[in-house]
This record gives sequence, structure tokens and C-alpha cells, in this order.
Amino acid sequence: MKLFKDAGHLFRLAGVFLLGTLSFLAIRAFVVPHSFGQYGHYRGAAIAEIAAHPVHFAGHQTCETCHSDIAQTKSAGKHAQVNCEACHGPLAKHADDPSIDPGKPDVAVLCVRCHSASAARPKDFPQVDADQHSGGIPCTTCHQPHNPVIAAGGAK
Amino acid sequence: MNITRRHLLILLPAAAVAWESVLAGTPESSPNYTMTEHWWGMLIDIPKCIGCGNCVRACQAENDVPDGFFRTWVERYHVNDWQLANPQVISPDGGKEGFPSVAEDPEGKYFFVPKLCNHCADSPCTQVCPVGATFISPDGVVLVDQKYCLGCAYCVQACPYGCRYIHPTKKVADKCTLCYHRITKGLTTACCEACPTGARQLADLKNPADPIHAFLKTHSVQVLKPQMATGAKVFYNGLDGSVR
Repeated sequence: MKLFKDAGHLFRLAGVFLLGTLSFLAIRAFVVPHSFGQYGHYRGAAIAEIAAHPVHFAGHQTCETCHSDIAQTKSAGKHAQVNCEACHGPLAKHADDPSIDPGKPDVAVLCVRCHSASAARPKDFPQVDADQHSGGIPCTTCHQPHNPVIAAGGAK
Repeated sequence: MNITRRHLLILLPAAAVAWESVLAGTPESSPNYTMTEHWWGMLIDIPKCIGCGNCVRACQAENDVPDGFFRTWVERYHVNDWQLANPQVISPDGGKEGFPSVAEDPEGKYFFVPKLCNHCADSPCTQVCPVGATFISPDGVVLVDQKYCLGCAYCVQACPYGCRYIHPTKKVADKCTLCYHRITKGLTTACCEACPTGARQLADLKNPADPIHAFLKTHSVQVLKPQMATGAKVFYNGLDGSVR
């Protein structure tokens, strides 16, 4: 007795199944990014892509390589812990090309952002009612922003 | 131009090679950075926050965050003695331009709470992504692969802290990357760089020399919504119990 009598349809079905599996594997290899699964269920290359975004804030260490004089003035005063770009804004472009003018911050807006009086602020943080304190005179008339204590030399 | 069978046979492998390079992605951009040596988080010192909004502006400038959307924002809490469980919270334009001033001797207490992605170690948002477009990187930062994201917004709903949004023009999920492009280059985040009082500090929990370890030993810190067991890595010092 022949064991696989009339078994042709099974082989045909197996062939179709094999073909389907192979084409699935081929398509999958083509469309799934290679780094998918490198670290987990995601595209590993995405990490390097996100890390390659451009930097806008140069960081105070970069500023201080050129502006060491201001860093020194600042380190002696109350603003020692305030980083350059906290007031001057993002200046990576200026750091890359010093000919780009960083511009001066507008003290009328800048100082009161932190120092306008509000009971919501920590009690030990220096705050003033700007109108009463100076009557509209720019803060920099008396305070040198890099070391704001008036005894330290006043405006420069 | 007529493409003969011969031309096609030559062109096909070339196209395959080109597609291969697309799939491979861009090469490593920070050669001196080893992901497995870091585990990033942040420390927020509530008593130091003055609500100036510097962090919000810095984040928007650094990451091109669209107007009206926030990767970080500052909330101002007003808690009355007789309403401890129902604080009044405001965050006008994310606190970007500061807050209205409060008169002397107010009723109850006021304080600021800066918020951002908590970069949870067991984050709910990455677990719901149907395509693997959002993930926790080996150094503990929750990131979005915007080339892979479908914009289905499951993750936006899943985040218990409201830290995600759908980008209005890219139509994909967007969120705080903990300035991944900066921390991998040895810089601190834009918000920490711009914070004038040091209320925000980037923390590398795998670095034994990081001051975070001394701080955590000597202070009572909290995370937001600890009952959700998200493994949040943004630690708050001096956080009021009314903060949600």
C-alpha cells in the first residue's frame, strides 16, 4: 500500500504556505528598520537622531571661556549662581560665531521677572515694587547686573 | 527613457543599497557618551522656585516648542487653610511670562510648582504605544521616535501627568526629551541652564559623584502621584501635599 497516495494536494498546500512564509520574511526584512529591536521594541537609531538635534543654549562654561572677566565679577556677587543665558537668552550661535551680535537684554522686562514683589515668592528672595523702588528709573542706573549690590561699585 | 531588462537588473540592487542606508539611520552623534553609564532624572527644589518662567521660555527656544504647547510649565498653587484638598491652581500661558503679583499678607499660602515629563522608569505612556514609537532609552529618558509615531495619541491619554501633546504641524506625539541632545554632550538641560535660582537640577542617578545622592540622603523628597507607581524620576523637595 502506498503511504502518500493522493497526497499531491498536501504538498501543494505546503508549497503555498512556504511561499507565504518566505514572502512575509522577505517583506519584513525590507520594511522593518534594521535598528528596530537593537535596545528594545523601538527603532534604536531614533536615539542618535534625537541626540543630534541642534543646541541653542551654549552653556555658561562656553560663555566663560571668552568672558572670564564677567564671570569673575559675577562670582563675587549675588548673581553668582545665575547662568549667563538665564538673562541673555540662548546664544549658541554667538558662541559659534562671535561676530553675531547677541544684543542686550531689556532691563525693564528682565529684572522684574524675578524681582517684582509677590507674596507667592519665597520670603527670603529679594523683591521690590519697581514703581516705589525706583519710580521708573532703569534698574541699571544704580545696579550693575553682574554684581547688583550698590556698594560693589554701582552702575558701569 | 526606455528601461530594458538589463537596466532594471542593474538599478534594482542600487536602489536596495540606497534603501538600506535609509533604514540604517544616522550614525551615533556623541561618540564619548555611553548610554549604560547614566540614569537621568531631575531634582526640583520648590522653596527655590520664584515663578519667573525662565525654564518655560528656555525650553521653547531650545526645542522649538509651538506656541500654546509646553514641554515644561510652571503652576502657581494657592492653598487655603480651610481648603487643603482643593487648591486653586493657575498657569497663565504655562507661566511663560510670569504670574500676577500677590498682595502682602494673603489668605493661605502660595507656591510655584514647575512641571515636566517625569521620565518614569515604569512609564504608562511607553506601554500603550501600538507601534513602538515611544520608549525608555537605556539611560532612562522617555523619548518619542517622531518618524515612527502614528499620532494616535494613546500615549497623550496614558500620561498621568499631562506631559504629552500632539504637535500641531507634525501631527505626532511630542514631549520633553530631558534635552537629550544636550545631556549626551555633557551639557545640562535648557531649563536647568536658564533657572536663575537653581530650583531645577539635572541628576544622573548612576553617577555616584552627582550631588543628587547627598541631597536625597538628607532631604525628604517626593515624586508626583506616587500611588500610580510610575517610577517617576523627577524628585520634588518641599512639595506640598495639595499638589496633584
